[in-house]
Amino acid sequence: MRAQFVLSEIGVGLRRNLTMTFAVIVSVALSLALFGGSLLMRDQVSTMKGYWYDKVNVAIFFCNKGDAETDPKCTKGAVTSEQKDTILADLDKMPVVDNVIKESSDQAYKHYKEQFGDSPLVNSLTPDQMQESYRIKLKDPEKYQVIASAFSDRPGVQSVQDQRKTVDNLFELLNGMNYAALAVMALMLIVALMLIVNTVRVSAFSRRRETGIMRLVGASSFYIQMPFIMEAAFAGLLGAGVASVMLVVGRYFLIDHGLALADKLQLIQFVGWDQLLAKLPLVLGIGLLMPALAAFFALRKYLKV
Amino acid sequence: MIRFDNVSKTYPKQTRPALRDVSLEIERGEFVFLVGSSGSGKSTFLRLLLREERASHGQVHVLGKDLARLSNWKVPQMRRQLGTVFQDFRLLPNKTVGENVAFALEVIGKPRGTIRKTVPEVLDLVGLGGKEDRMPGELSGGEQQRVAIARAFVNRPMLLIADEPTGNLDPQTSVGIMKLLDRINRTGTTVVMATHDQQIVDQMRKRVIELEKGRLVRDQSRGVYGYQH
Repeated sequence: MRAQFVLSEIGVGLRRNLTMTFAVIVSVALSLALFGGSLLMRDQVSTMKGYWYDKVNVAIFFCNKGDAETDPKCTKGAVTSEQKDTILADLDKMPVVDNVIKESSDQAYKHYKEQFGDSPLVNSLTPDQMQESYRIKLKDPEKYQVIASAFSDRPGVQSVQDQRKTVDNLFELLNGMNYAALAVMALMLIVALMLIVNTVRVSAFSRRRETGIMRLVGASSFYIQMPFIMEAAFAGLLGAGVASVMLVVGRYFLIDHGLALADKLQLIQFVGWDQLLAKLPLVLGIGLLMPALAAFFALRKYLKV
Repeated sequence: MIRFDNVSKTYPKQTRPALRDVSLEIERGEFVFLVGSSGSGKSTFLRLLLREERASHGQVHVLGKDLARLSNWKVPQMRRQLGTVFQDFRLLPNKTVGENVAFALEVIGKPRGTIRKTVPEVLDLVGLGGKEDRMPGELSGGEQQRVAIARAFVNRPMLLIADEPTGNLDPQTSVGIMKLLDRINRTGTTVVMATHDQQIVDQMRKRVIELEKGRLVRDQSRGVYGYQH
């Protein structure tokens, strides 16, 4: 009885404010899609960080034959095996070094081909053009400077690179995009909340006769407010549903199909479906609760109980 | 039933109080006219009874409860024991007569069976038996006021508050409404009625409370509208 009565009231209210309801749904959908997107982006960055920080540390690149003419540090030609052995022995003595992986020019060529397989450059490269290197894993990744000062002037060393810096730039870019998405989300959220407040106000005004009578005959304030709150929550839930669909479709087209970034950028590990699906309850929950709360506070102002 | 102890009410942003130091008592089953010119404080008096407003000073007791101490969430419970009727009827134009009365029961969560049984009963009582399915717009003013009274009475309230219920009606129709209110009063319901209708007050010979500029200036049992010296 009561449920039926309330449901019919919600239906009437939503239809009466169809344009406003639509505006609420769209703005909630956009803000929640951005919210979900930025949550996923954060996951993406932390997965990538874990993945890369494990692999990337400091690399010592050695001179090869080709560098003799082009690089002032390599005027004596390719690195000799004695030079490499001294460096390796010194590295072993340093307490900050966890382990050292040797990468020969053949291996470097192989890795390059794996990573940039469809680049036209691959065909013009030969293994001896690639640099030999030591990949050094540090116990404390911040101690890059120790390695750099110790080895960058050694004979046969072309350069010492803190590879974390390279990936950090990428992460900074991703984080920046994330903040931008969050800022747009905050703006959309404010728009959505203002729309909800306004919808509730219009709705409360057009039904002031009913609510006035309800008050007089002693309907509880909860009972008087519920249709308005449910209206807002329902519109918000629809918006959250649209946002969820946008996230799912977005991942599908960006990563799996369509743009298919997963195929093109194989060395990046993308966020999985499980991570995306885990965000949806949060998106739906916020979509349901936030408009309901906004309506509740708007009613305190616009609906005397 | 109702007790005012030194009640004053000043609305925010106003210097002149709408009610000043009013003390009175109304017993169970009484019929009381509240008279006074516009702005004398009648409406404020009724709004205090309904707890639409709170007194600035003094205490208002209604149905044995101190309204100042009544928490907000208990107010609806209190209002269920009151019935209210207004000059402008306040019916829902898009609902039938029966639905209008039923609305009062629906919104306080009464079961459907009870509603189906009580609504025709109370419509019979106010003399609108068989007009359940008519729309308010099809009825005369007097009939619409009867619907409003039916809605106010359907909960069998202890106290019926009427704010100029005959203000929009012609004298003959007003008499019918007064007879109905009298009948409701005889069932034991206390009636407090604000009015400007001299003829009615003089005919009924009930207790009259007169307010002037917010002060209680006369409280007379079996009184008339104007001063009698």
